[in-house]
Amino acid sequence: MDALSNLLLGFSVALTPINLFWCFVGVVLGTVVGVLPGLGPAATIAMLLPITLKMDHTTAIIALAGIFYGARYGGSTTSILLNMPGESSSVATCLDGYQMARNGRAGAALGISAIASFIAGTVGVLGLMLISPPLARFALRFAPPEYFALMTLGLAMVVFLAGDSMVKALLMLLVGLWIATIGTDLFTAESRFTFGQAKLLGGVDFIAATVGIFAVAEVLINLESRSGGEVLKIPSGVKNLLPTLQDLKDCRFAFLNGSVIGFFVGALPGAGATVASFLSYGLEKAVSRHPEKFGTGVIEGVAAPEGANNADAGGALVPLLTLGIPGGNTTAILLGGLILWGYRPGPLLIQEHPELFWGLVASMYVGNVLLLVLNLPLVPLFAQILRLPNYVLYPFILGISVVGVYSVNNSLFDVWMMALFGLLGYLMRKLDFPAAALILGLVLGDVLERALRQSLMMSQGSLAILVTRPISATLLFIALVLLCLPAIRRVRAWRVEAVEHES
Amino acid sequence: MGSDKSNLIAAACLAAFGVYVVYGGSRLSYVSEVGPGPGFFPFWIGIGLLLFGAYQMVLSYSSARHHAVAGVPIWSGSGRALGAWLGLAVAIALFRWIGFALGFVLLTIFLVVALDHRPVVLALGIGAGLALVFYIVFEFALGVSLPAGPWGF
Repeated sequence: MDALSNLLLGFSVALTPINLFWCFVGVVLGTVVGVLPGLGPAATIAMLLPITLKMDHTTAIIALAGIFYGARYGGSTTSILLNMPGESSSVATCLDGYQMARNGRAGAALGISAIASFIAGTVGVLGLMLISPPLARFALRFAPPEYFALMTLGLAMVVFLAGDSMVKALLMLLVGLWIATIGTDLFTAESRFTFGQAKLLGGVDFIAATVGIFAVAEVLINLESRSGGEVLKIPSGVKNLLPTLQDLKDCRFAFLNGSVIGFFVGALPGAGATVASFLSYGLEKAVSRHPEKFGTGVIEGVAAPEGANNADAGGALVPLLTLGIPGGNTTAILLGGLILWGYRPGPLLIQEHPELFWGLVASMYVGNVLLLVLNLPLVPLFAQILRLPNYVLYPFILGISVVGVYSVNNSLFDVWMMALFGLLGYLMRKLDFPAAALILGLVLGDVLERALRQSLMMSQGSLAILVTRPISATLLFIALVLLCLPAIRRVRAWRVEAVEHES
Repeated sequence: MGSDKSNLIAAACLAAFGVYVVYGGSRLSYVSEVGPGPGFFPFWIGIGLLLFGAYQMVLSYSSARHHAVAGVPIWSGSGRALGAWLGLAVAIALFRWIGFALGFVLLTIFLVVALDHRPVVLALGIGAGLALVFYIVFEFALGVSLPAGPWGF
């Protein structure tokens, strides 16, 4: 009942003309950046963050979240028509989507992708709406040691899920934490690592760093090659995009599988939509009556990953809005936005700003409907975006990055910082150092340090406070296990190798 | 240069950076009157960078040794990317003197002509058109001031 009345409040916020307009703008822009390979929602949100400083904050979060989940819809278009994922989360869609298009069923693939996205996206928002308030109430028991442990666990997850690049992720996390220490100390007002620059006393500008690492680095990476793919023919007319009743029947389990896996994987920090879509694809194949046909153009192979990467958006917002812990690049930038707008993301956010949380939830229901309505008839139009030449797109991205960063403080120093972070982001991409870890370190650094130092003040310097409180001890233990697992596996592999070598 | 060698150099740089962070952190007070001081957190970040940087060096070195060839080359095409970055840096340096509009047009000409081998006229059109769009959206619609040259824009 409580949720229902809150949801009504949310709809009263989301359905105002201005919020409806910005929700529409957000999802359309999200679809466009999803369609464009090489420009992701993280870069787009980072570029647009400066503009939102002058907007109503609820309107701004509605628009930015629209870009976040709208990009998931758009990402499938290039996967199906070009065999080139617009987003990393759409890689799994290429496996069967492109084959369907080659078999002359591009319309059905695009249609089922939109329908699966709608169903799973809506389930994801439902999960966000039902799970967030009780989770936030539980998190109200947290004191600084629990917060420190929770953030450590979130960061450990991000590092753990980096797989083979785990050490690199740890290094990037530490670099991000170090960048967060630049400026005036939180407790003593002493300056740290400012290199004599007065402009660094307030710390590194978050927008300059994120725009550099995502938008500028993205342009530099894409400028390396001049290649493009051939777009397969898109059937025109909504009728040709609608899957048959048999298709829908075949996808029943895929809708459920994608929705559930996508939501829960999305809620795990660091896992993200790509992991969710592959897990969902794998499960669909495992339970299928004809697993051998996967990869040749089966419709469930499109519905499951597309559902999962959309449900993930709702899941990813749960830890962000209830605990203030982002799980990936885009949610880290959204967290940065919330902080810039003056909010304190955490368990009190829903209680203190119900219009923001419930307005966002309601706007996501509206946004998913808008995306379904837009995506079916407008897919041919969105696919035309692929014809936009790179020599127009890249100057545009660089220009809007410069203008956006400059506009925050009217400072060319920030623009220089953006360029430096752009170079750093480019080198990181070339060497396979994960950007998500650096951004999470940067965005959580202040809060993590504050929580640790407050904990140590509470205990008069004893680290035992972190392991004697049950919640904190449990969270830290899980974090430790996550960080040690790969090392244990490696030692085991060495031992097996040594035994085999001896025998 | 292959990825292994590049990773080895990157890891060495990060380890060296860790030494710098430890040094910088140790110059700040480790403990203050109210608890851990401003040097406490950076000191341990530096230690982490140093240790994991060294470990990554070992990993990259052993990976390089196990590969018969020099590893996968990863820097092909980087000339274009780094050229674009230099163009951006020069444009930012010029904004102070010639303003955003002209600086951006020059940057676009560089990107479109030098890197994409398109005609100058086309590049000029794109640069001028985009600059105009930015001015209309940011200066006039949003009231954001952009870096201005001696001629006022």
